[in-house]
Amino acid sequence: MSLGAIVVGLYWGLVIAPPDAYQGEVQRIMYLHLPSILTAYLSYFLVFIGSCMYLWKREKRDDILAHSAAEIGVLFTALTIIEGSIWGRPTWGVWWTWDARLTLTAILLLIYTGYLMLRSLIEDENRAASAAAVLGIIGFLDIPLIHMSVYWWRTLHQPPSILQPNKAPWENIAWPLLIPLLINIVAFLLLLFYLLSLRYRLGEIRDEIRMRRLEQSA
Amino acid sequence: MNLLKQTSLVFWKDLLLELRRRDSLLTMFFFGTLLLFVFHFSFDLPPDKVAEMAPALLWLAFLFTGTLGLTQLFQVERENHCLEALLLSPLDRGALFLAKSCFNLFLMLLVELVVMPLFWILFNLHGWNLLPQLFLVTLLGTVGFCVLGTIMSAVTLRARARELLLPLVLFPLMIPVILATIRCMENIMSAGDLGAAASWLRLLLGFDVIFVTVGILIFDRVIEG
Repeated sequence: MSLGAIVVGLYWGLVIAPPDAYQGEVQRIMYLHLPSILTAYLSYFLVFIGSCMYLWKREKRDDILAHSAAEIGVLFTALTIIEGSIWGRPTWGVWWTWDARLTLTAILLLIYTGYLMLRSLIEDENRAASAAAVLGIIGFLDIPLIHMSVYWWRTLHQPPSILQPNKAPWENIAWPLLIPLLINIVAFLLLLFYLLSLRYRLGEIRDEIRMRRLEQSA
Repeated sequence: MNLLKQTSLVFWKDLLLELRRRDSLLTMFFFGTLLLFVFHFSFDLPPDKVAEMAPALLWLAFLFTGTLGLTQLFQVERENHCLEALLLSPLDRGALFLAKSCFNLFLMLLVELVVMPLFWILFNLHGWNLLPQLFLVTLLGTVGFCVLGTIMSAVTLRARARELLLPLVLFPLMIPVILATIRCMENIMSAGDLGAAASWLRLLLGFDVIFVTVGILIFDRVIEG
């Protein structure tokens, strides 16, 4: 279903929708860029929820959720940065610039890559889970502070195109462009939940194998 | 026993150990000084440029020496299962967290008290009268560094290659502190007072308050694993 929605969304966005009035064909990357970063943000929120739940209730499933969401979040953040730099080269003339929002995204990538490394470097499963949960919570709490500091530091990225404080969202983007964008956002969210369920199942299976091994050796 | 009493007891234990062994303080102090020499040789800046770069260079030195201290912070507890003994005693985990943060803060402040004037001497800087203000900002930044650093040091306690892992997870989280302290110090050095950097100072204070609170609340989960 998710795959179908992406195909429809992409076809609409890349072929049917008219090119942007100022940026031309390059703008079409928005149909991937925005959905990817939204998916990544949602994943990090899920990491936070899973980590809180794990430290509170100590149930393995919450930890599997946090771990799965972190992996997917890192994947989509990396994709966003790659798409962004492909777009940035023809539009801004550079692959990378130290703008606030780019920096923030890169820092997110660093934090959650650290999270995954931390997990892989602790042998004891339960200890790895609680250590990672603490990092998941602190990392998420730190995001608003990092956000503020890098924004005060500098801003070059264009302000959000669609969500602006004094205008309704639908006034800022023409309908023919908005429809494929919305389809793609829905498609990416479906993809997130599909990947998450796969990765979650994998976590469960791994856990089960570990338990059986323990039983056998006992 | 209340929180403060317990905190001071654990702090006193660490201080006593450090006074007898002196390994953390001496290595940190020596490393900090060494970094100043390395910076001086590698940049070789004219005096007017040095004033611009001083805050960033100083904070790089503090970050590296601080990390050195943090990797050693729970070293005593790792040997001979002392951590288990500490956790068996009726000790509030929040107190353990506060004591460890304060101890690393104490070490870093001692190093900073020597390294900052030394920087002024080695790089021939003017404006000695600004040092107290600069030190105050550094103090706030160092508090943030030690608090979050102590949590992360405990988080990475049982990891393989933890000395390498600690900076990897800590530095991205420290970005608000690094930016805020450097901006505050730049403003003080160029304008003589905080001026436009007041909001940075509030950010720094907010960071300290948030992570002291989070640390006290969450530390039992961190250390018991």
